[in-house]
Amino acid sequence: MAGLQRARVRRQATFRWVVVAVVGTFFALPLLGMLEFTTRAPGGGRTAAVWRTVADLSGLRTTYPELWAGLKASGALVVLTVLIMLVLLVPTMTWVRLRVPRLRRTIEFICLLPLTIPAIVLVVGLAPVYAWVTYLLGGSSAWLCFAYVVLVLPYCYRALDAGLSAIDVRTLAEAARSLGAGWGTVMVRVILPNVRTAVLSASFLAVALVLGEFTIASLLHRDNLQVGINQLGQRDAQVAVAVSFAALALAFVLLLVLSFAGHRRTRRPLATPLTEEPA
Amino acid sequence: MTPQRQGVAVRLEGLSRHYGAVRALDGLDLELAPGELVALLGPSGCGKTTALRLLAGLEDADAGRVVVDGRDLTDVPVSKRDMGMVFQAYSLFPHMTARQNVAFGLRLRGRSAAEQRSRAGEMLELVGLSSQADRYAHQMSGGQQQRVALARALAIEPQVLLLDEPLSALDAKVRVQLRDEIRRIQLDVGATTLLVTHDQEEALAVADRVGVMRSGRLEQIAAPSVIYTTPATAFVAEFVGLTNRLDGIAADGVAQVLRARIPLLPGSSTSGPVSVLVRPESVEVHTQRDGDAEVVATSFLGSLGRVRVRTADGALLLAQVPTGEAGVLQVGDRVTLALRPVPALAVGRD
Repeated sequence: MAGLQRARVRRQATFRWVVVAVVGTFFALPLLGMLEFTTRAPGGGRTAAVWRTVADLSGLRTTYPELWAGLKASGALVVLTVLIMLVLLVPTMTWVRLRVPRLRRTIEFICLLPLTIPAIVLVVGLAPVYAWVTYLLGGSSAWLCFAYVVLVLPYCYRALDAGLSAIDVRTLAEAARSLGAGWGTVMVRVILPNVRTAVLSASFLAVALVLGEFTIASLLHRDNLQVGINQLGQRDAQVAVAVSFAALALAFVLLLVLSFAGHRRTRRPLATPLTEEPA
Repeated sequence: MTPQRQGVAVRLEGLSRHYGAVRALDGLDLELAPGELVALLGPSGCGKTTALRLLAGLEDADAGRVVVDGRDLTDVPVSKRDMGMVFQAYSLFPHMTARQNVAFGLRLRGRSAAEQRSRAGEMLELVGLSSQADRYAHQMSGGQQQRVALARALAIEPQVLLLDEPLSALDAKVRVQLRDEIRRIQLDVGATTLLVTHDQEEALAVADRVGVMRSGRLEQIAAPSVIYTTPATAFVAEFVGLTNRLDGIAADGVAQVLRARIPLLPGSSTSGPVSVLVRPESVEVHTQRDGDAEVVATSFLGSLGRVRVRTADGALLLAQVPTGEAGVLQVGDRVTLALRPVPALAVGRD
């Protein structure tokens, strides 16, 4: 009996490793291809010249101005999108839980809606809106942040919802209020510290999505990293691929950090009491 | 420890609250004397928690006033009411230690760091948790968390202490310990306290007065012994403690029940066929071979026992007897019943 059990465990372990190997190969092959392409020397052999170029930020600015403009725009977009998303979502979701819980499903539906709309359709709807944005605020690529907030809503909502569900928002807020805290204090000193991991997760997801976005920026004729890479690709494919690789690596690192943060949270339950003992 | 602050008088005047078509509170009037502990007792949905939340300011009343120490607080927000509250659910801030939790309210009041620390230490000592000051909520048991929550509520020297079923999530043994401790601390600090509970034993054990609520109204409010021995309504008699409904005939303030004459309490139906509400401890059970009643169940409760008996006319009746007597009785034994002439409430038969 024990022998059969051991054999089954062994088979399962082997199957797991096979799955990991196949999936790993599927994702690693294109990356290896990119790495191989960016290290090709003109006369054959290998060189790190492309990577040296990418690492030299001041040189990049003058040599590849379209990429530099995209980098700058994406940097601003990341900051603005994350800020607007957090300011919009965290208080709204907290308020809905506290005061109008029956609206929770509606808010969830609205936040998940962008998932069901293809980017190209979004652009058709956004084009007239952005005509007004340009008229009122100017044509800066940074204003793409409004569209990006909509784009990241489903992912960020899910992350924040998981965080808020892990704590008793209502009781904590009421306890703080009864001790004399105003709503601002409740948010900053009580709710936010307890959903820190969820806020980080939502922010990282937003960063990864904004760094990878191409369709909306391109069709609305704005700059961002992906548009810059696309333009650069028509001039210097190796540098374009190297920058793409770097952006992917950054997103990968962010998601890795997120997964570690999430793991740490699951190891430390927030408010589950120990088994009762005579006090 | 001498009271740190004299309690204040609290008055709820005609408080009403509706949730859609549901009337949670229906013109509740309630007064608490300074330093008094009043327990609101009642079944789920009777409006006791709503009353407490209106007093705390966590919900708005549709009508009525909340007056504390002569000040009308009806429109004052919860954060300005100066009331300490302990919740049913564990409410410690998970990212703070016990000491930081207790000091939270003091920090909001701009007290110095030294004062926060010393007062938090003092309060944790009061609830017997000085050694747990640096622990987080998840490192403490439920009972310890509720004691820290009590210390946190008291640290701000509240005008009124509000306890919203603070013991209901705890196991039986800890609940009794903490219940007694809450009463000791409440007497120590002298805070006017409103306790909401559905546990009648808890209410009777710790409160100066118990208010029994039903459908958003107070059925009766009185000292625990009065509530138990002199219930004003059938609902109070049957909700607080155990009661037998026995058929009898009332006349001249006395009811004839099971060959006994039971004096009737004020508020009883005074003539004709009635149901008399008799406590199990007023029922005597005597073993007798040709008795007209039969034992159908016995239960052992430690210092006493309960015997369920079927009378000759088929009615079931509960008697509470000393453990020694209960041990002698077996299911199927023939017995006779006698009632002690303890005043009881009689209501018209349904």
